Amino acid sequence: MSKKYTFPMGGIHPEKYKLTANCPIEDAGLPETVCIPVKQHIGSSAKILVNKGDKVKVGTLIADADGIVSSDVHSSVSGEVLKVEDVAGSTGYEEKMITIKVEGDEWEESIDRSDKVVKEINFTPEEIVEKIRTAGIVGMGGAGYPTPIKTSIPEGKKVDILIVNGIECEPFLTADDRLMIEKAEQIIIGARIINKALGIQNAVIAIDENKPHAIATLDALCRLYVGVNVKVCKTKYPQGGEKQLIRAITGKELPTGKLPLDVGCIVQNVGTVHAVYEAVMKNKPLFERIITVSGDGIQYPSNYRVRVGTPISYLIDKAGGMDESVSKIILGGPMMGNAIVNQSAPTTKLTSGVLLFKEDNISKTEASACIRCGKCALVCPAGLRPFAIKQAITYNGPTDELRKLHAGDCIECGCCAYGCPANIPLLDYCKIAKQEIRKK
Amino acid sequence: MLKISTNPHMQTSRNTKSLMLDVVIALMPAAVAAVLFFGLDALRVILTSVAGCVMFEYLACRYWLKIKNTTSDYSAIITGLLLAYNLPSTMPCWMILIGSFVAIIIAKVCFGGLGCNIFNPALVGRVFLFISFPVQMTVWPNPHFLSLFSPDGSTGATTLRMLKSMNNSGEISAEMYTIDELPSYLDMFLGNVGGCIGEISALALLLGLGYMLWRKVITWHIPFYYLATVLVMTTILYYTTGNAKFLPMAHLLSGGLMLGAIFMATDYTTSPMTVKGQIIYAICCGFLTVIIRSFSAYPEGVSFAILIMNAFVPLIDKFAVQRYYGEKK
Amino acid sequence: MDNLILLNTVILGSIAFVSALILYLVSKKFKVETDETTVKIVDVLPQANCGGCGRAGCADFATACAKADADLFANLYCPVGGQKVMQQIAAIKGFEVAEKSPTTAVLLCQGTCQNAPSKVVYEAVSSCRIANRISSGQSGCPDGCLRLGDCIKACKFGALSVNEETGLPQIDSSKCVSCGACAKVCPRGLFEIRPLSQNGSIVYVACRNKQKGATARKNCKAACIGCMKCSKINDLIKVENNISYIPADIDASRFGEELAKNCPTGAIVYKENVVE
Repeated sequence: MSKKYTFPMGGIHPEKYKLTANCPIEDAGLPETVCIPVKQHIGSSAKILVNKGDKVKVGTLIADADGIVSSDVHSSVSGEVLKVEDVAGSTGYEEKMITIKVEGDEWEESIDRSDKVVKEINFTPEEIVEKIRTAGIVGMGGAGYPTPIKTSIPEGKKVDILIVNGIECEPFLTADDRLMIEKAEQIIIGARIINKALGIQNAVIAIDENKPHAIATLDALCRLYVGVNVKVCKTKYPQGGEKQLIRAITGKELPTGKLPLDVGCIVQNVGTVHAVYEAVMKNKPLFERIITVSGDGIQYPSNYRVRVGTPISYLIDKAGGMDESVSKIILGGPMMGNAIVNQSAPTTKLTSGVLLFKEDNISKTEASACIRCGKCALVCPAGLRPFAIKQAITYNGPTDELRKLHAGDCIECGCCAYGCPANIPLLDYCKIAKQEIRKK
Repeated sequence: MLKISTNPHMQTSRNTKSLMLDVVIALMPAAVAAVLFFGLDALRVILTSVAGCVMFEYLACRYWLKIKNTTSDYSAIITGLLLAYNLPSTMPCWMILIGSFVAIIIAKVCFGGLGCNIFNPALVGRVFLFISFPVQMTVWPNPHFLSLFSPDGSTGATTLRMLKSMNNSGEISAEMYTIDELPSYLDMFLGNVGGCIGEISALALLLGLGYMLWRKVITWHIPFYYLATVLVMTTILYYTTGNAKFLPMAHLLSGGLMLGAIFMATDYTTSPMTVKGQIIYAICCGFLTVIIRSFSAYPEGVSFAILIMNAFVPLIDKFAVQRYYGEKK
Repeated sequence: MDNLILLNTVILGSIAFVSALILYLVSKKFKVETDETTVKIVDVLPQANCGGCGRAGCADFATACAKADADLFANLYCPVGGQKVMQQIAAIKGFEVAEKSPTTAVLLCQGTCQNAPSKVVYEAVSSCRIANRISSGQSGCPDGCLRLGDCIKACKFGALSVNEETGLPQIDSSKCVSCGACAKVCPRGLFEIRPLSQNGSIVYVACRNKQKGATARKNCKAACIGCMKCSKINDLIKVENNISYIPADIDASRFGEELAKNCPTGAIVYKENVVE
């Protein structure tokens, strides 16, 4: 435990603001209606199985995975389907959503709702992957990559280690932290389940050092289980990035365009691992998750267990409401999250936080001239040179220069824009550069 | 009304202004040393130069570029301070103003203002004055600790001038100095020697360096590699030739080396942006400094070395690429 | 003394000779073969190098013209030089050139600050491309103009400028050369190059919002609501995805006024004498 792991290249140390680190997870309760998007993952949208007027229960399959890279979607409430149509999402763009009117709280009979921790894993790897698939589990760290793909290894590949990502390096967010404290044993069993599916005996739970409570809890429990260990990482952003975490724990770097699998690693978020436990042991599909509601515009910062599809405005009201002084609502963490325009938009499987900020604390200043200080290159965890990328963007022109600069390797962590003394929105330029490369 | 902006939604509290302010603070010990050793004359030079630079920047922004006034970002103050530090305390005010004009207008605004200049403005100003007014620029009043005015108006030679005159050829000229006449290392370190007002005290400049490193304004690479190159090269030359003019510690502690390595070569705009580039740049600066000091007609080579390397910065930036994540080692 | 002069002459002379030799050899070795026709065509081209023709620049366009046979040549068009230049090129090539009516870029949005008031504001967002990624826009219309002016920066001919009152870019058709740079840069594809009718008038649906009528109207008073009224006037006008499109071959001078008058939201724009 003495050694602290970290990645050597770049990184920043933003203020942590973990206001809710000591707030136990509360149940957010049930809103009047929920809107469940049929695409909450990377890949193709799920095929809708319900029609207007259908009755559904909690955990009923309402949309079926369309192809391998897709995921099932389940109802998070019981009630009647009000409509199946395009509704404006958090960005204001319309998405296909299933709107359900909540009536009571009736769960599917197959779901085990008891609190008992089931420890024995009596399933074959194939059964485990199938259960993960039917539970509609996707990577809950934010990418939304369907988990069943990551738990079944293709022919000819070998995995040595499962890394459970408990870093949560984004400021303000504490959802994973609280989950690790309150559901420690479930997470360890979940890691063992994934290990069994992968056919390996080696799992590491990586936690950064600013979560002493979670480290202590998990470390004590890990002694009772074979093959699961806690490794403490230094507090540094973006330690929770997949590439950075692999470098920190194993010392290996992913070459451009390769998957973690190619260096023998599988990285899963703690939330995902917990969902895997519930899916396999309790037959519970993924329809709720922990969300941190925080920020200086929130009266009672809290961690909530929230049903998928709950409107963001419902959570804000629950945490004390919003007054005039709030100028920004951010979905996710302040570094990588998006400022949203539509409060009636629903939360999804991937929403880790809802942050409200008042004017003065988060206002952005207009960019001034670049003074060529080179801090963007110094803090870039991918070793890129954002200033050069900015200059190389040609708009619809040739992209050779951008490729030479490896702009496609940008992980969009935002370190460059965070550290720029001239307030130049460097991340925006890097995103444009990636878009340009992809277009060609 | 809600606002939308792109992520990240957090930013460091460090902006251009605060970084520049830190450099100004880091330059203050040297100003104190200058006043301690050269009295009010040094203060006059500093104030004239800073006022000149700020004035020219203001006028250029207002009437020429017609952009928002940029004097509030302290960069003109830094240029003014650095220019002053590179002048002897007897410099007439009107010459200092010409230097400020060249520094701000020719070297900075003509290239497009903050962040666009190729050459360090203060150094361009200094070299312009050095070439235009060689007599006034090479009069070195003797330091007098804690006196407001130079009591006798006496002048002397700088350490580097003394070193330059030493050779093994046996020729005797009027300006020959011997190794015994050199000021002590302690005097050189504290600043009790003749020279430009800001460069004399290595101690004050190192204090500034410490402050800048602590505030993370610069990284240690440029000053370290610059000074180390000079030290290594002079040591090699000293022991292979046995010539006293290569005395390593004297080279390290005298002339504008400390000022150049800590404040001039590290100027953001005119130095490479990656650490790798900065190391190449610093080593080349050190190499050129020793070459010019030892083998040219000038006793001092820091200004020229840095200016020459400034011209190579775009080239270094193009080729000194840092290792990207996932690149084969 | 004589020696010195002689020596200098010899040295300088030989340097000059060697340099001349090198220059000659290099120019021989690296000579770029240029077709005579290409050179002639380059001379008549406007040299804007805008890429409006779809080629990398004027020289590239000239090469393409020189190589083209009659069929291929019919597909080549220099929007900047227009009809006049194409006729000149055709004369060089000895081809006939078909008549092409003058065109102009039009903005397919009327989401002005008045029609589509802002519900949220951007903070330090300076480019339409970025704004398009992060939200549906200040007014909430997912297909409307973002009012950040990427098109204005892209226009090399000064034909676009911001209208301070409406917030939208406005097109000066007399300066517009129909190069299409604005259409390429707009992340929402809100520019169209349309031909003018014979009397210089133009008619088009200035809306691309595909939402249902009620939703679209909520965000913008001038949205096309897909009411089909225009398609009753001329059955060539099709309404698909709640949005009407007036094909370019509908004569603006004949139908324009009627179409604009009958549009309930004013989404159809009719302008006379676009080019003065």
